[in-house]
Amino acid sequence: MAQETPPSIGRVPPRGAGAAPAGRTLLDDTAIARALTRIAHEILERNEDVSQLYLVAIPNGGVPLARRLAGSLRQIAEVEVPVGVLDTTLYRDDLKMTGERPLLRRTEMPSAVDERVVVLVDDVVKTGRTIRAAMDALMDFGRPRMVQVVGLVDRGHRELPIKLDYVGKNVPTSPRESVCLRGRDGDLEGPLEVALLPADPRGEA
Amino acid sequence: MIGRDLLGIEDLERSDIERILQTAVHMREVGEREVKKVPTLRGRTIVNLFFEASTRTRASFEIAGKRLSADVVNFSPSASSLKKAESILDTARTLDAMDPDAVIVRHEVAGVPKAIADVLDAPVINAGDGAHEHPTQALLDLFTVQQEKGRIDGLTVTIVGDILHSRVARSNIYGFLKMGAEVRVAAPPPMIPPAIEELGVKAYTSLREALGGADVVMALRIQNERLAGSYFPSVREYAATFGLDRSKLHYAKEDAIVMHPGPVNRGVELSHDLADHRPSVILDQVRNGVAIRMAVLYLFAGRKREHAQSRRTS
Repeated sequence: MAQETPPSIGRVPPRGAGAAPAGRTLLDDTAIARALTRIAHEILERNEDVSQLYLVAIPNGGVPLARRLAGSLRQIAEVEVPVGVLDTTLYRDDLKMTGERPLLRRTEMPSAVDERVVVLVDDVVKTGRTIRAAMDALMDFGRPRMVQVVGLVDRGHRELPIKLDYVGKNVPTSPRESVCLRGRDGDLEGPLEVALLPADPRGEA
Repeated sequence: MIGRDLLGIEDLERSDIERILQTAVHMREVGEREVKKVPTLRGRTIVNLFFEASTRTRASFEIAGKRLSADVVNFSPSASSLKKAESILDTARTLDAMDPDAVIVRHEVAGVPKAIADVLDAPVINAGDGAHEHPTQALLDLFTVQQEKGRIDGLTVTIVGDILHSRVARSNIYGFLKMGAEVRVAAPPPMIPPAIEELGVKAYTSLREALGGADVVMALRIQNERLAGSYFPSVREYAATFGLDRSKLHYAKEDAIVMHPGPVNRGVELSHDLADHRPSVILDQVRNGVAIRMAVLYLFAGRKREHAQSRRTS
């Protein structure tokens, strides 16, 4: 999703102090929590050997989601699943050589990926280009035994042959609209929501 | 907003510097991976155009370019075409016609990178021009201080040595002042430029005074042969009065770090012991140099002149 919204930094549009956040809420914090709990169950169902699981978040939105998923997995199955963060910016296929470059975000891969079942976690999946970039980045860290993908929101409009293994919610949207995960308090630490923002009048969505 | 070229720290805003340093944090992480290469500049060409001999800076830019998957071409015209009386600008134009995405220029005369930038479509990155500027050195020094101290704002930085002839000193003065540090310079009087305090730095001829309360001490390289006799009596005397060792370092803050752009004249600017051990961070500076140059190439490479873009696509 990061790829679809250059040149903004993340998926949290800035808003003025005190101003009501723009857009319509698609998923509130409770709905997100419910979806993640279900996905945690699905991950356990699909993967018999939970000791090899490795959650890898695509920043920024994937990070709080992966953290919550790890919490659910701990609760349900009493497993400690490592959580990594993998920035895909340097692997993007749409780096424009003129104008400003996108900001880089942090990458922190605490464990080796070799022979692990890596579960990539992204907030909003649309064209699939970010997932493609994430897979390439992942391969530079080693050779996972398998890669699976979680998308909290699947918008469709795929441009690459990439399918999600776990979906929080399918949301049919116009490609011109934009969907983002944001924190209700302005950061991604507290309660979250997924919002649908109207088409960008500049047509750059 | 970051412009097309990187000619000097003087041209940058504080926010530009912060952007470069922030980018370098992530580039350093790439350098710590097992596979130290990302595909970002795949298919891009970077030319190292070094009129003045350089091993370290050139190697640093070359490694930085390669870690971003660019093709890096080294071009040292002093050895080839300039002997045939080809002018600097002719050389630059010839290179530009080969369509590079960035040209890194070093020259012993101040202003040459700017003159080249004026005729090229490709962005020019200054890798040191005479006594003018050496922006990537200052950026890597700022980055090293930020990594070591967690901040730059409010620190006291003392630069010791040949301020007059030093592009490293000049770029660092601009850089540290813009980032909110207090900057002092210390040297024998002939090595302090007359109007230096107008830049906002304090000049000292006593090392002891200049070091009082310093968080960062930066020693500059003395070009022995050229200067002894005219700027200071002898190398031995310089080492005794302005050379740093552990006992003189006691005047600075207890947790002060020592920096040097290299290569160190051991026993002159720094004692042998200081050159090799903490609190000197010389090898960290070298390591950070690659990260800073990756950041600079990421942010600047390919930002060609507007008309060049339209000309190519038409």
